[in-house]
Amino acid sequence: MTSTTFSFCDILLTARPSGALWWAEAGILTVSDLHMGKSERMARGGGSLLPPYETQETLNRLNTEITDLNPSSVICLGDSFDDSAAAGRIDTASLRYLNAMMSGRRWIWIAGNHDPELPDIGGSHMEEVARGPLQFRHIAHPRADSGEVSGHYHPKAKVLTRAGYVSRPCFIHDQIRLILPAFGAYTGGLNCTASPLASLFSADAECILTGPTTTTIPLPSMADAAG
Amino acid sequence: MLPPKLHHWFTARGWSPHRHQLELLALRDHPATLLVAPTGGGKTLAGFLPTLVDLANAPHDGMHTLYVSPLKALTADIKRNLQSPANDLGLDIRIEDRTGDTKPAARTRQRRDPPQILLTTPESLALLLSYEDAAHIFAGLNRVVVDEIHALAEGKRGDQLMLCLSRLQALRPDLRRVGLSATVDNPERLGVYLAPHPQPAHVVHADPGPPPDIRLLETAEPPPWAGAGGRYAVHHILDHIRQAQTTLVFINTRAQAELFFRALWDINVDQIPIGIHHGSLARDARAKVEAAMVAGALKAVVCTGSLDLGIDWGNVDLVIQVGAPKNIKRLVQRIGRANHRYNTPSRALLVPANRFEVIECRAALEAVFEKDLDRDPERNAPLDVLCQHILLTACSGPFEADALFAEVRTSGSYADLTQADFDACIDFCATGGYALRAYDRWQRLMLRDGRLSLRDPRSARGIRMNIGTIVEVETLSVRTRGRGASLGEIEEAFAATLTPGDSFLIGGQTVRYERLRDMTVEVSRQADRTPKIAVFSGLKMSTSLELSDRVTAMLSEPERWTTLPDHTRIWLTMQHRISKLPAAGRLLAETFLRAERAYLALYTFAGRNANQTLGLLITRRMEDAGLQPVGFVATDYALLVWGLVRVEDVSGLLDPEGLRNGLELWLAENAVMKRTFRASAVVAGLIERNMPGMRKSGRQATFSSDILYDTLRKYDPDHLMLRITRAEAARGLVDYGRIEAMLDRIRGRIDLVAAPHVTPLAAPLLLELGKVPIRGTAQDTALAEAAEALISEAGLAEVPHPSPQAGARKK
Repeated sequence: MTSTTFSFCDILLTARPSGALWWAEAGILTVSDLHMGKSERMARGGGSLLPPYETQETLNRLNTEITDLNPSSVICLGDSFDDSAAAGRIDTASLRYLNAMMSGRRWIWIAGNHDPELPDIGGSHMEEVARGPLQFRHIAHPRADSGEVSGHYHPKAKVLTRAGYVSRPCFIHDQIRLILPAFGAYTGGLNCTASPLASLFSADAECILTGPTTTTIPLPSMADAAG
Repeated sequence: MLPPKLHHWFTARGWSPHRHQLELLALRDHPATLLVAPTGGGKTLAGFLPTLVDLANAPHDGMHTLYVSPLKALTADIKRNLQSPANDLGLDIRIEDRTGDTKPAARTRQRRDPPQILLTTPESLALLLSYEDAAHIFAGLNRVVVDEIHALAEGKRGDQLMLCLSRLQALRPDLRRVGLSATVDNPERLGVYLAPHPQPAHVVHADPGPPPDIRLLETAEPPPWAGAGGRYAVHHILDHIRQAQTTLVFINTRAQAELFFRALWDINVDQIPIGIHHGSLARDARAKVEAAMVAGALKAVVCTGSLDLGIDWGNVDLVIQVGAPKNIKRLVQRIGRANHRYNTPSRALLVPANRFEVIECRAALEAVFEKDLDRDPERNAPLDVLCQHILLTACSGPFEADALFAEVRTSGSYADLTQADFDACIDFCATGGYALRAYDRWQRLMLRDGRLSLRDPRSARGIRMNIGTIVEVETLSVRTRGRGASLGEIEEAFAATLTPGDSFLIGGQTVRYERLRDMTVEVSRQADRTPKIAVFSGLKMSTSLELSDRVTAMLSEPERWTTLPDHTRIWLTMQHRISKLPAAGRLLAETFLRAERAYLALYTFAGRNANQTLGLLITRRMEDAGLQPVGFVATDYALLVWGLVRVEDVSGLLDPEGLRNGLELWLAENAVMKRTFRASAVVAGLIERNMPGMRKSGRQATFSSDILYDTLRKYDPDHLMLRITRAEAARGLVDYGRIEAMLDRIRGRIDLVAAPHVTPLAAPLLLELGKVPIRGTAQDTALAEAAEALISEAGLAEVPHPSPQAGARKK
């Protein structure tokens, strides 16, 4: 697994192949859009009964990161649960698993549009959090000051290679803001050229694609995008 | 036997009833009757005669007869055709059709006050049966007529229809069933399929009519070595079109139809009116061509399978099949589209598109004359269709599982359904059927007083939205820039390969890809440009087992080559001298070196899909064995693999056990398997099909079915949906059944020829399009390369203009 370390607001951040963001100097691991409990929420609404394994799979991925990096703080950038009720209905095995990961470190749940209020499952609940030059929130502000780190959009990028099109979730950043890919198992993506996403960034923005190894490309312009 | 009024109706037209029409009338009280008749034999009237007699004898309250057809267009046509005898007989009845196009007000009225004769499609019938008032709608029903049952029986639409008939039969125990079929190989089996099991069906055969006048087009210049377009013959074909009254030109794929249509118009100096018709064209465009055909305004239509079934056009007197017919039964049915007047021979012309197809066309011709049709492959009753049926049954009201099981087993294809499989389907519908029992509180079906019903009645709406067994590949609409008219649809996967400036053919015109906007492909017209790409259809049909066997037999018996043109005979003689000929019950394998690559050709005759699968499996085994495969290409007859090391042990590569392991281990991760999973998951109701207009807004929140497939494989490998996917892989796109059948046939008898150079049979394979590169880790390497190139170009990259407001996007 090869990560990509890049400079953002004069600090060094690492984009992990999993889609997690690692700030080594501060010991902060950030993940976004876990969407745990999605299958349960869909079932509750009378919809189809999806394989109920996404919470387990997402926690397994998170546990791998925590074991590798041993962070002192973990920030979940919102939409950690698919809705507030899903957080309350998390099964005991998953809760125990989560508690084991939380113990011995600071854990911050940032509120997302899917989970504006969370029941007490440990950790702190915040709307936004500031650390050093960085401001962590769920949804990017169009006129944010530099140093904004957010999620919400589930960005992905699509690249034409000689082995055909390759589409991967990705980080996007310029000098003002950084948007993380969705970390959860049951999440789709929004093409990074789609208007609400692309228009947040300046022309020199970069995409860091997740996957077996991370890969950096310039933010594809709308004209290059095939869809 | 014919009531006087009807007799008078026939004689007033100078007609007399056909023998089979009278037979069907005599069998009116039989529980199930199958009529096998060629086109133009008055099949539909035969099916409705008992109904007309009943209704002429006594007025009827409510629905008397239900007619089901696979084509919406047929229901409207039949409605017109029935109205005339009904009027002449003075019947005070309503004949109405009900399809996806029927207006809501008419639909509501049809449920409250059903017409005496209702004409519909399998999907609309399934929807009617899912309503709480189904018993009221069908209260008076006596008869059901299933048209084109041979076509329905080939797939899941037929399975769903038969399940619906079992529901109807439970509501109306005395229901009589009539099936109308074109000529098939095994009418008895189709009869069993139609009849309520275990009752028998009575099979009535109409006079087959005179044998068709069918010929192979022979041209002075031989057809090309490879390719499927048939464009070399375009002048000859235009001559035939000129001489005939009206011609249907069948061609196998949409892309080929577009190219051929274009080629015809390029030389059509006298502007003969020729149209084009295929499934990718906009509905309006198709309707226009159909109307022009009915009006006799067209001399010819270039079409695909989209016109295999459909309205009878009495004036068609010539059918031209361009490219290999692939399937004898389908060829016979296509030929039958020429001259729908009974007792006149149909005229047809076969045009082989390449050298190999000369042999296939000749073999097909012999089969047609010997009336040796393809056998339908054995199909197990699909469980995804059963899951949908269970959910729809629940929509109509609470049901007892045991009663439904008994009812389902009266449906021909599900007669052997086991209790265990049925229970697994019920469990899937109720709880999801997962090893992790997660949905106790949110079950879809709940057991109350011994009966199963929907936990949340509101979920019925979503289930009904998902009705049907046809899962289309996702398509995007194609429009000209700036609110232009819709030109048609292309597959999303094809659209993804386009870059601005690429040109392709649609509806006979060359268009230039501009951009993708709001899930629409925007194009501009390019009247004068030759298209760069013309491929927009992924699904290809495989040559049938029977036809493949006939081709092998013809190849292996040089004394039969006298019927082949000189160029083909010489080609085969050279093959005989340099290598060997394929023989029945054996596998011919050739290796040769060319341009520093080592080639392996396997003449499996297993069909394109199976050969594609075999290519994926075998190259993987070659990689493991250090043979360094580089790529392969699959055709209907053969698989050609190339790599860096010459293969010496073919039987090792074809070891059945090893291939099966590969299917389980490696092919399971392949896109073809994921596509198979998606189709079944949609049918079974695990995922909802994308409704038009919902995709745009749901883009970010929806995630691909591939994720569900991977999750199930990891956490619940024995889940019902994976079992269904494996069963589906035996046929269809994966078609593993044909590989197993081939291995079983050859039983290790492999003729390995180490040829001195490329062989005559292998040479055309080298010219085939659609080569598959072996990726291995190539994708990541290629991604890194592409990224590097992009980075270096970044200074020059075009910059998107930021829009003034960039609001939050609600998911």
